[in-house]
Amino acid sequence: MKKKSRLLMLVGALLPLFLFVFPLWNITLEAPQYPTPLGMDIYINDFADMHPHDIKNINLMNHYVGMKYIPESIPEFKIFPAVIMIMAALGVILAFKTNYKWFLGWFIIMTILALAGIYDFYLWEHDYGHDLDPKAIMKFTNPDGTVMGFQPPLFGTKDILNFRAHSYPQLGAYFLAVGMALTFISYFVGKREKNFKRL
Amino acid sequence: MKRISQILFITAVLSLVITGCADISKDKKTTNGALGSNAAEKVYVAPGEHDEFYAFVSGGFSGQLSVYGLPSGRLFKVIPVFSQDAEKAWGYNEETKPMLNTSYGFVPWDDSHHPDISQTNGEVDGRWVFINGNNTPRIARIDLSTFETTEIIEVPNSAGNHSSSFVTENTEYVVAGTRFSVPVPQEDIAIKEYKGKFKGAVSFISVDPDHGNMDLAFQILLPGFNYDLAHPGRGASHGWFFFTTYNTEEANSLLEVNASQNDKDFIAAINWKKAEEYIKQGKFKTMPANYAHNVYDEKTHTATSIMKKEVKVLDPAECPGLVYFLPTPKSPHGCDVDPSGEYIVGNGKLSADLTVHSFSKMIKAIENKQFDGDAYGIPIIKFEDALAGVVSQAGLGPLHTEFDGKGNGYTTFFISSEVVKWKLGSWEVIDRKPTYYSVGHLMIPGGNSRKPFGKYALAMNKITKDRYLPTGPEVTQSAQLYDITGEKMELLLDFPTIGEPHYAAGIPADLIKPRSKKIYKLEENEHKYGVKNNEDVKVVRNGKEVHVYMTMIRSHFTPDNIEGIKVGDKVYFHVTNLEQDYDVPHGVSMIGANTSELLIMPGQTETFIWEPKQVGVWPFYCTDFCSALHQEMQGYVRVSPASSDIELSWSLGED
Ligand SMILES: [Cu+2]
Repeated sequence: MKKKSRLLMLVGALLPLFLFVFPLWNITLEAPQYPTPLGMDIYINDFADMHPHDIKNINLMNHYVGMKYIPESIPEFKIFPAVIMIMAALGVILAFKTNYKWFLGWFIIMTILALAGIYDFYLWEHDYGHDLDPKAIMKFTNPDGTVMGFQPPLFGTKDILNFRAHSYPQLGAYFLAVGMALTFISYFVGKREKNFKRL
Repeated sequence: MKRISQILFITAVLSLVITGCADISKDKKTTNGALGSNAAEKVYVAPGEHDEFYAFVSGGFSGQLSVYGLPSGRLFKVIPVFSQDAEKAWGYNEETKPMLNTSYGFVPWDDSHHPDISQTNGEVDGRWVFINGNNTPRIARIDLSTFETTEIIEVPNSAGNHSSSFVTENTEYVVAGTRFSVPVPQEDIAIKEYKGKFKGAVSFISVDPDHGNMDLAFQILLPGFNYDLAHPGRGASHGWFFFTTYNTEEANSLLEVNASQNDKDFIAAINWKKAEEYIKQGKFKTMPANYAHNVYDEKTHTATSIMKKEVKVLDPAECPGLVYFLPTPKSPHGCDVDPSGEYIVGNGKLSADLTVHSFSKMIKAIENKQFDGDAYGIPIIKFEDALAGVVSQAGLGPLHTEFDGKGNGYTTFFISSEVVKWKLGSWEVIDRKPTYYSVGHLMIPGGNSRKPFGKYALAMNKITKDRYLPTGPEVTQSAQLYDITGEKMELLLDFPTIGEPHYAAGIPADLIKPRSKKIYKLEENEHKYGVKNNEDVKVVRNGKEVHVYMTMIRSHFTPDNIEGIKVGDKVYFHVTNLEQDYDVPHGVSMIGANTSELLIMPGQTETFIWEPKQVGVWPFYCTDFCSALHQEMQGYVRVSPASSDIELSWSLGED
């Protein structure tokens, strides 16, 4: 009778693996002279062009205000995949070997890791948008006199000079979210199954 | 002399009569009336919107091909073909110089006349445009994914390559007919020996169905007439090609009179399928020849020119069934085949009538051997036997006819300056509209195909006089756009053209747009001197030759400081544009360079030569406004005396 919760836990733990197939996040930059916007898909282990050569062209645009080139790779591209693999494996083991209480534990750890990931992403974005080359060709200041940053929004849409930047989760992120939700539900289903057995 | 003045007098009288008929003054008012209606609306393409058709309008004596949008009449591009073009470094940079090579050497000009779009199953397919060079006989192929000329083949034994370059319905061949007959092979003989000794070669140039590459398949040596224009058969007449002739008198002097004596000249009907059979059977002569074949390679961004040394020639007297003559009054110019392939219109430019031949009647006459003698062994079909009908007294000086695909022909009249609409079959005139002025060809998109897009007709005028703001003695030529969807034609728009708008080819934009290239992929750049990243830039000395391997990207050159160049060096700048973004070319030019700037597309490499003549430090810069820091896109070359021992060095961003 515990099958249902275990199945939910199993599926929930495996769904984040779709992050290896689908992008986690997307940042798109719109500007008048880019009728086809420039975009970057962020995978768990890679930055990818939305259209051919987009990242190269984002770099070319950004160098005017002194932003660094988007790196080929970042340490996170090693850490994040490892975390997802380990958590998936752990989830599978939990689904088969342990009782439902552990399911909640997995969910909580995963939530903490996800929040840490988002915070890390924010820090990276902040650095990317604020650590500008002092010899930048163009320098802009905010109305209060501080140096203007070019950090894309963590989530949502924001105007940056002539660009409108959009930052939204993609399919991979949805799989992660649904997976996590399933593990959360599996805890309650497991609990009900146990109570049902007691009755 | 008496005769000349007589002709002039008659022409003048006729012009007056016809002008009276057409009543241009009245029509000018109608034009204003039309503007009061919705003509402006019909040609208005709102900002940011696209035109419905591309029109490829020949540049005539500019040697180029211009690209306009219809119905707006906006000019998009001038594609350099036969003439050097400083704007694009065409014929100036090392990559494209070979494209203008001929057996006469480097010929950086020609007279481009008749563009034609490639076809598949008798319909325009938007892959290539072919166009002829009239003066130094050549055919060019323009690739419509890049809008660049990618191949030019010279045509030997030819002079005045006028009845050209029209394609068969699967682009099996592009033809090149000679306007002037000449001794074949050329020899030193008296011009008075013209008659019988001069020959007119028509050439069939095969086109590779996948890549478009051209090859001179064979020539047919026709009598020494002038071969004026041509059109392919289609449908039932597919496999045939029709050429108008004039000067069947074979005069060699004062042709305006001496070549206008015969009441009828000929349309030469050539069975090219038969020619293929004769070639297969080996019934050709291989003649020595010398002609250039120039091909531009999209991967190396470089053209090569090779000289070809022979050509296969067929003699129609020895090849029965290959050529027939259709008598056609009088000095016919245009030779136009209707979309069904049944009607062949020969417009006698000194006649007021249009003569229309029937293909099926012609075949019947051939089968029944109803001939009216022969000319140099070529059977002449009796005029009445192939005649389908006559559009009589339609105007004065008929030149060219196009079709709307709905059973109507539209013919231009040069002397009476008008377009006349008439009905195929009943041969009655339906409508006439004036042109401003002296119209030559007209074009209906898909005109030379089985499927015309009969929405617009574009008339191309030789003279404009008072139609535009004056610009000194030389005023613009023009094109006029007519709406032909109704029973009556409606003049919608005048627009200026680069000279001379000889003929045009049109096609729906949707057949070209999706295939248009946006950039050249850097990883596919196989240019011998291309550099794909800044680590590989270098300057190499080889005796007095110096090769600079340079890159460009917004907004700098790498390197931007070069030292160690000496007076008397020949410096090759090989410059690669590292951009991979649509519509971001960069240019480069060096002070004192004796050619032009380069205009380099994203991913492309081009080369120019600079020969420093004075010591000093000399700047170079980007010539195409590319970015906010375009003005900063520049560099210096230090030139030392020839005896100097300063080593070559180069740098970027080092102080
Ligand atoms: Cu530039």
